[in-house]
Amino acid sequence: MADDTTVDPVEGQVLDGNAVGGLLATAFGAEMTEVPGECAHCGTVSMVGELRAYVRAPGTVLRCPACSGVVLRVVETPNATLIDVRGAAYLRFERR
Amino acid sequence: MDGLRVGGYRRGVGHRLDTRLVGWRRTLRVMTERFVTRGFVGRPRPDGEGTAGDARSRTPPGQYLTTDFPVLSAGPTPRTPLDRWSFFIEGLVREPMTWTWDEFTALPARDWTVDISCVTKWTKLDMRWRGVSVDTLFEAVELLPTAAFAIASSDGGYTTNLPISDILNGQAFVAWEYDGKPLAPEHGGPARLVVPGRYFWKSAKWVRGIRLLDRDVPGFWEGLGYHNRGDQWLEERYSGD
Repeated sequence: MADDTTVDPVEGQVLDGNAVGGLLATAFGAEMTEVPGECAHCGTVSMVGELRAYVRAPGTVLRCPACSGVVLRVVETPNATLIDVRGAAYLRFERR
Repeated sequence: MDGLRVGGYRRGVGHRLDTRLVGWRRTLRVMTERFVTRGFVGRPRPDGEGTAGDARSRTPPGQYLTTDFPVLSAGPTPRTPLDRWSFFIEGLVREPMTWTWDEFTALPARDWTVDISCVTKWTKLDMRWRGVSVDTLFEAVELLPTAAFAIASSDGGYTTNLPISDILNGQAFVAWEYDGKPLAPEHGGPARLVVPGRYFWKSAKWVRGIRLLDRDVPGFWEGLGYHNRGDQWLEERYSGD
Protein backbone atom coordinates (compact mmCIF):
# COMPACT_ATOMS: atom_id res chain seq x y z
CA MET A 1 0.00 0.00 0.00
CA ALA A 2 1.29 3.44 -0.86
CA ASP A 3 0.49 4.60 2.63
CA ASP A 4 3.14 2.33 4.12
CA THR A 5 5.87 4.42 2.55
CA THR A 6 4.55 7.76 3.78
CA VAL A 7 5.53 9.25 7.10
CA ASP A 8 2.98 8.63 9.82
CA PRO A 9 2.65 11.92 11.73
CA VAL A 10 1.39 10.04 14.77
CA GLU A 11 4.60 8.01 15.16
CA GLY A 12 6.60 11.23 15.28
CA GLN A 13 4.49 12.37 18.25
CA VAL A 14 5.02 9.27 20.37
CA LEU A 15 7.14 9.82 23.48
CA ASP A 16 8.11 7.47 26.27
CA GLY A 17 6.76 7.23 29.78
CA ASN A 18 9.39 9.64 31.11
CA ALA A 19 7.45 12.40 29.38
CA VAL A 20 4.68 12.06 31.97
CA GLY A 21 7.00 11.22 34.88
CA GLY A 22 6.18 14.40 36.74
CA LEU A 23 2.45 13.99 36.31
CA LEU A 24 2.58 10.38 37.52
CA ALA A 25 4.86 11.24 40.45
CA THR A 26 2.37 13.85 41.63
CA ALA A 27 -0.59 11.51 41.28
CA PHE A 28 1.03 8.43 42.86
CA GLY A 29 3.14 10.29 45.40
CA ALA A 30 6.19 8.36 44.22
CA GLU A 31 8.73 8.46 41.42
CA MET A 32 7.19 6.17 38.79
CA THR A 33 9.44 6.02 35.76
CA GLU A 34 11.61 3.20 37.15
CA VAL A 35 8.67 1.25 38.54
CA PRO A 36 8.25 -2.05 36.68
CA GLY A 37 4.76 -3.09 35.65
CA GLU A 38 3.37 -6.11 33.86
CA CYS A 39 1.23 -5.59 30.76
CA ALA A 40 -2.13 -7.23 31.47
CA HIS A 41 -2.50 -8.07 27.79
CA CYS A 42 0.77 -9.85 26.91
CA GLY A 43 2.69 -10.25 30.19
CA THR A 44 5.68 -8.15 29.15
CA VAL A 45 7.28 -6.36 32.11
CA SER A 46 8.39 -2.79 31.36
CA MET A 47 9.35 0.14 33.49
CA VAL A 48 6.75 2.90 33.34
CA GLY A 49 9.37 5.11 31.70
CA GLU A 50 9.70 2.57 28.89
CA LEU A 51 6.03 2.60 27.96
CA ARG A 52 5.06 4.33 24.73
CA ALA A 53 3.29 7.59 25.58
CA TYR A 54 0.61 8.99 23.29
CA VAL A 55 0.25 12.51 24.61
CA ARG A 56 -1.49 14.25 21.69
CA ALA A 57 -4.95 13.14 22.76
CA PRO A 58 -7.64 14.14 25.27
CA GLY A 59 -5.58 12.22 27.85
CA THR A 60 -2.24 10.43 27.94
CA VAL A 61 -2.24 6.79 26.89
CA LEU A 62 0.74 4.65 27.92
CA ARG A 63 1.10 1.51 25.84
CA CYS A 64 3.15 -1.66 26.11
CA PRO A 65 6.24 -1.47 23.88
CA ALA A 66 5.80 -5.14 22.98
CA CYS A 67 2.10 -5.48 22.14
CA SER A 68 0.82 -1.85 22.01
CA GLY A 69 -1.90 -2.73 24.52
CA VAL A 70 -3.03 0.06 26.85
CA VAL A 71 -1.22 -0.25 30.22
CA LEU A 72 -2.06 3.10 31.85
CA ARG A 73 -4.32 6.01 30.92
CA VAL A 74 -4.16 9.42 32.56
CA VAL A 75 -6.72 12.22 32.27
CA GLU A 76 -6.32 15.56 34.00
CA THR A 77 -9.57 17.42 34.54
CA PRO A 78 -9.61 20.89 36.12
CA ASN A 79 -10.11 19.34 39.56
CA ALA A 80 -8.69 15.84 39.46
CA THR A 81 -6.28 13.40 37.88
CA LEU A 82 -7.84 10.09 36.82
CA ILE A 83 -5.61 7.07 36.21
CA ASP A 84 -6.86 3.85 34.68
CA VAL A 85 -4.59 0.97 35.74
CA ARG A 86 -6.64 -1.91 34.31
CA GLY A 87 -4.00 -2.60 31.68
CA ALA A 88 -1.34 -3.24 34.34
CA ALA A 89 -1.39 -6.68 35.98
CA TYR A 90 0.80 -5.16 38.70
CA LEU A 91 3.15 -2.30 39.48
CA ARG A 92 6.16 -3.17 41.66
CA PHE A 93 7.31 -0.64 44.29
CA GLU A 94 10.52 -1.51 46.17
CA ARG A 95 10.44 -0.87 49.94
CA ARG A 96 13.51 0.95 51.05
CA MET B 1 -15.48 -5.73 26.00
CA ASP B 2 -12.47 -4.83 28.05
CA GLY B 3 -12.87 -1.85 30.28
CA LEU B 4 -16.51 -1.01 29.60
CA ARG B 5 -18.84 -0.21 32.41
CA VAL B 6 -22.56 0.26 32.55
CA GLY B 7 -24.18 3.39 33.83
CA GLY B 8 -23.36 6.98 34.28
CA TYR B 9 -25.60 8.63 31.76
CA ARG B 10 -27.59 11.64 32.73
CA ARG B 11 -31.32 11.65 32.45
CA GLY B 12 -32.19 14.76 30.57
CA VAL B 13 -33.56 15.97 27.31
CA GLY B 14 -31.76 13.25 25.43
CA HIS B 15 -33.42 10.52 27.43
CA ARG B 16 -36.89 11.90 26.85
CA LEU B 17 -36.15 12.06 23.15
CA ASP B 18 -35.07 8.43 23.21
CA THR B 19 -38.41 7.42 24.65
CA ARG B 20 -40.22 9.35 21.98
CA LEU B 21 -38.11 7.78 19.28
CA VAL B 22 -39.65 4.34 19.74
CA GLY B 23 -41.32 4.74 16.39
CA TRP B 24 -38.33 6.54 15.03
CA ARG B 25 -38.66 5.51 11.42
CA ARG B 26 -42.13 6.99 11.25
CA THR B 27 -41.12 10.23 12.89
CA LEU B 28 -37.75 10.54 11.18
CA ARG B 29 -38.86 12.78 8.36
CA VAL B 30 -40.92 15.03 10.58
CA MET B 31 -38.06 15.48 13.00
CA THR B 32 -35.41 16.05 10.37
CA GLU B 33 -36.48 19.61 9.87
CA ARG B 34 -36.73 20.32 13.57
CA PHE B 35 -33.44 18.97 14.85
CA VAL B 36 -30.94 21.41 13.49
CA THR B 37 -27.89 21.56 15.68
CA ARG B 38 -26.11 24.86 15.82
CA GLY B 39 -22.92 24.95 13.79
CA PHE B 40 -24.13 22.01 11.79
CA VAL B 41 -24.43 20.54 8.40
CA GLY B 42 -24.59 22.47 5.16
CA ARG B 43 -27.19 24.91 6.30
CA PRO B 44 -27.44 28.04 4.22
CA ARG B 45 -25.65 31.06 5.59
CA PRO B 46 -26.99 33.83 3.40
CA ASP B 47 -25.37 36.66 5.31
CA GLY B 48 -22.07 36.93 6.99
CA GLU B 49 -20.45 33.84 5.60
CA GLY B 50 -16.70 34.15 5.83
CA THR B 51 -16.75 37.30 7.90
CA ALA B 52 -15.05 37.64 11.25
CA GLY B 53 -18.39 37.97 13.01
CA ASP B 54 -19.67 34.83 11.38
CA ALA B 55 -16.56 32.89 12.42
CA ARG B 56 -16.93 34.15 15.99
CA SER B 57 -20.57 33.15 16.23
CA ARG B 58 -19.67 29.68 14.98
CA THR B 59 -16.89 29.17 17.53
CA PRO B 60 -18.14 27.45 20.69
CA PRO B 61 -17.16 28.87 24.10
CA GLY B 62 -13.58 28.26 25.18
CA GLN B 63 -12.45 27.29 21.67
CA TYR B 64 -9.97 28.92 19.27
CA LEU B 65 -10.13 28.77 15.48
CA THR B 66 -7.54 26.88 13.52
CA THR B 67 -7.06 26.38 9.80
CA ASP B 68 -4.90 23.26 9.96
CA PHE B 69 -6.18 19.81 10.84
CA PRO B 70 -4.45 18.69 14.05
CA VAL B 71 -3.76 14.98 14.42
CA LEU B 72 -4.65 13.59 17.83
CA SER B 73 -4.17 9.94 18.53
CA ALA B 74 -4.38 7.62 21.51
CA GLY B 75 -2.45 4.84 19.83
CA PRO B 76 -0.70 3.55 16.75
CA THR B 77 -2.45 4.19 13.44
CA PRO B 78 -4.28 1.03 12.32
CA ARG B 79 -3.93 0.15 8.64
CA THR B 80 -6.59 -2.34 7.72
CA PRO B 81 -6.43 -3.24 4.01
CA LEU B 82 -9.67 -2.39 2.24
CA ASP B 83 -10.19 -6.00 1.17
CA ARG B 84 -10.29 -6.98 4.84
CA TRP B 85 -12.30 -3.96 5.99
CA SER B 86 -15.97 -4.31 6.88
CA PHE B 87 -18.58 -2.31 8.75
CA PHE B 88 -21.17 -3.83 11.07
CA ILE B 89 -24.34 -2.74 12.77
CA GLU B 90 -25.47 -5.14 15.46
CA GLY B 91 -27.25 -5.35 18.78
CA LEU B 92 -30.87 -4.23 19.09
CA VAL B 93 -31.70 -4.33 15.39
CA ARG B 94 -34.08 -6.51 13.40
CA GLU B 95 -31.40 -7.56 10.91
CA PRO B 96 -27.70 -7.17 11.79
CA MET B 97 -25.69 -6.12 8.74
CA THR B 98 -22.08 -6.28 7.64
CA TRP B 99 -20.93 -4.36 4.58
CA THR B 100 -17.69 -4.88 2.68
CA TRP B 101 -15.74 -1.78 1.62
CA ASP B 102 -17.21 -1.90 -1.88
CA GLU B 103 -20.73 -2.37 -0.55
CA PHE B 104 -20.33 0.36 2.03
CA THR B 105 -18.99 2.99 -0.34
CA ALA B 106 -21.77 2.13 -2.81
CA LEU B 107 -24.38 3.24 -0.26
CA PRO B 108 -26.08 6.57 -0.98
CA ALA B 109 -23.43 9.13 -0.03
CA ARG B 110 -23.44 12.88 0.09
CA ASP B 111 -21.11 15.77 0.76
CA TRP B 112 -21.12 17.33 4.22
CA THR B 113 -19.63 20.70 5.17
CA VAL B 114 -19.45 20.96 8.93
CA ASP B 115 -17.71 22.80 11.76
CA ILE B 116 -15.68 20.61 14.08
CA SER B 117 -14.66 21.30 17.69
CA CYS B 118 -12.11 19.22 19.59
CA VAL B 119 -12.12 19.10 23.39
CA THR B 120 -8.45 20.16 23.24
CA LYS B 121 -9.94 23.52 22.24
CA TRP B 122 -9.43 23.84 18.50
CA THR B 123 -12.33 24.52 16.18
CA LYS B 124 -12.12 24.23 12.42
CA LEU B 125 -14.87 25.64 10.22
CA ASP B 126 -16.27 24.32 6.95
CA MET B 127 -14.63 20.92 6.92
CA ARG B 128 -15.67 19.08 3.76
CA TRP B 129 -16.38 15.36 3.98
CA ARG B 130 -18.09 12.72 1.89
CA GLY B 131 -19.87 9.76 3.39
CA VAL B 132 -23.08 8.02 4.30
CA SER B 133 -25.60 9.21 6.87
CA VAL B 134 -26.07 7.06 9.97
CA ASP B 135 -29.80 7.26 9.13
CA THR B 136 -29.15 5.32 5.93
CA LEU B 137 -27.26 2.65 7.87
CA PHE B 138 -30.03 2.36 10.45
CA GLU B 139 -32.69 2.06 7.76
CA ALA B 140 -30.90 -1.02 6.46
CA VAL B 141 -31.00 -2.84 9.81
CA GLU B 142 -34.23 -1.49 11.36
CA LEU B 143 -33.70 -0.53 14.97
CA LEU B 144 -35.76 -2.34 17.58
CA PRO B 145 -37.92 -0.11 19.79
CA THR B 146 -35.60 -0.83 22.72
CA ALA B 147 -32.53 0.57 20.94
CA ALA B 148 -31.67 3.81 22.75
CA PHE B 149 -27.87 4.01 22.81
CA ALA B 150 -25.09 3.38 20.34
CA ILE B 151 -21.49 2.45 20.93
CA ALA B 152 -19.12 2.85 18.01
CA SER B 153 -16.00 0.72 17.92
CA SER B 154 -12.82 1.08 15.95
CA ASP B 155 -9.72 -0.75 14.85
CA GLY B 156 -7.25 -0.44 17.70
CA GLY B 157 -9.94 -0.88 20.37
CA TYR B 158 -11.28 2.68 20.65
CA THR B 159 -14.94 3.10 21.57
CA THR B 160 -17.31 6.02 22.05
CA ASN B 161 -20.93 6.11 23.20
CA LEU B 162 -23.82 8.23 21.98
CA PRO B 163 -27.56 8.22 22.57
CA ILE B 164 -29.25 7.52 19.25
CA SER B 165 -31.01 10.87 19.54
CA ASP B 166 -27.55 12.45 19.01
CA ILE B 167 -26.87 10.63 15.74
CA LEU B 168 -30.26 10.36 13.98
CA ASN B 169 -31.79 12.85 11.58
CA GLY B 170 -28.69 13.88 9.71
CA GLN B 171 -26.61 14.53 12.81
CA ALA B 172 -23.93 11.92 12.08
CA PHE B 173 -22.28 10.20 9.16
CA VAL B 174 -19.50 7.80 8.32
CA ALA B 175 -16.97 9.53 6.05
CA TRP B 176 -14.37 8.05 3.74
CA GLU B 177 -13.33 11.26 1.98
CA TYR B 178 -12.03 14.51 3.37
CA ASP B 179 -11.47 17.61 1.24
CA GLY B 180 -12.03 15.64 -1.96
CA LYS B 181 -9.48 12.93 -1.20
CA PRO B 182 -9.59 9.52 0.49
CA LEU B 183 -9.53 10.04 4.25
CA ALA B 184 -5.90 9.76 5.40
CA PRO B 185 -5.08 7.06 7.99
CA GLU B 186 -3.91 9.62 10.57
CA HIS B 187 -7.30 11.32 10.32
CA GLY B 188 -9.18 8.05 10.76
CA GLY B 189 -9.23 6.55 7.28
CA PRO B 190 -10.36 4.43 5.69
CA ALA B 191 -13.57 5.51 7.42
CA ARG B 192 -14.44 7.71 10.36
CA LEU B 193 -17.63 8.41 12.25
CA VAL B 194 -18.32 12.16 12.24
CA VAL B 195 -20.68 13.74 14.77
CA PRO B 196 -20.27 17.51 14.28
CA GLY B 197 -22.62 18.44 17.13
CA ARG B 198 -20.34 16.89 19.75
CA TYR B 199 -16.66 17.23 20.69
CA PHE B 200 -14.50 15.44 18.17
CA TRP B 201 -13.57 12.49 20.42
CA LYS B 202 -17.10 11.25 19.64
CA SER B 203 -16.13 11.13 15.94
CA ALA B 204 -14.41 7.77 16.16
CA LYS B 205 -11.45 7.31 13.82
CA TRP B 206 -11.04 3.94 12.05
CA VAL B 207 -14.64 3.09 12.90
CA ARG B 208 -15.67 -0.47 12.08
CA GLY B 209 -19.16 -0.71 13.45
CA ILE B 210 -21.96 0.42 15.72
CA ARG B 211 -23.71 -1.65 18.37
CA LEU B 212 -27.21 -0.64 19.49
CA LEU B 213 -28.03 -1.07 23.17
CA ASP B 214 -30.87 -0.38 25.57
CA ARG B 215 -28.44 1.06 28.15
CA ASP B 216 -25.59 3.53 28.05
CA VAL B 217 -22.04 2.17 28.19
CA PRO B 218 -19.25 4.77 28.53
CA GLY B 219 -16.60 4.68 25.81
CA PHE B 220 -12.81 5.09 25.95
CA TRP B 221 -12.71 8.70 27.17
CA GLU B 222 -16.23 8.92 28.62
CA GLY B 223 -15.16 6.24 31.13
CA LEU B 224 -12.18 8.26 32.36
CA GLY B 225 -13.31 11.72 33.30
CA TYR B 226 -14.64 13.09 30.03
CA HIS B 227 -18.25 14.14 29.73
CA ASN B 228 -20.77 11.51 28.69
CA ARG B 229 -22.50 13.74 26.13
CA GLY B 230 -19.84 16.25 25.05
CA ASP B 231 -21.92 19.11 23.62
CA GLN B 232 -19.36 21.76 22.67
CA TRP B 233 -21.94 24.59 22.84
CA LEU B 234 -22.53 23.75 26.51
CA GLU B 235 -18.80 23.17 27.14
CA GLU B 236 -19.47 19.64 28.32
CA ARG B 237 -15.80 18.69 28.56
CA TYR B 238 -15.48 16.75 31.82
CA SER B 239 -17.79 14.80 34.07
CA GLY B 240 -18.05 15.71 37.71
CA ASP B 241 -16.19 19.01 37.43
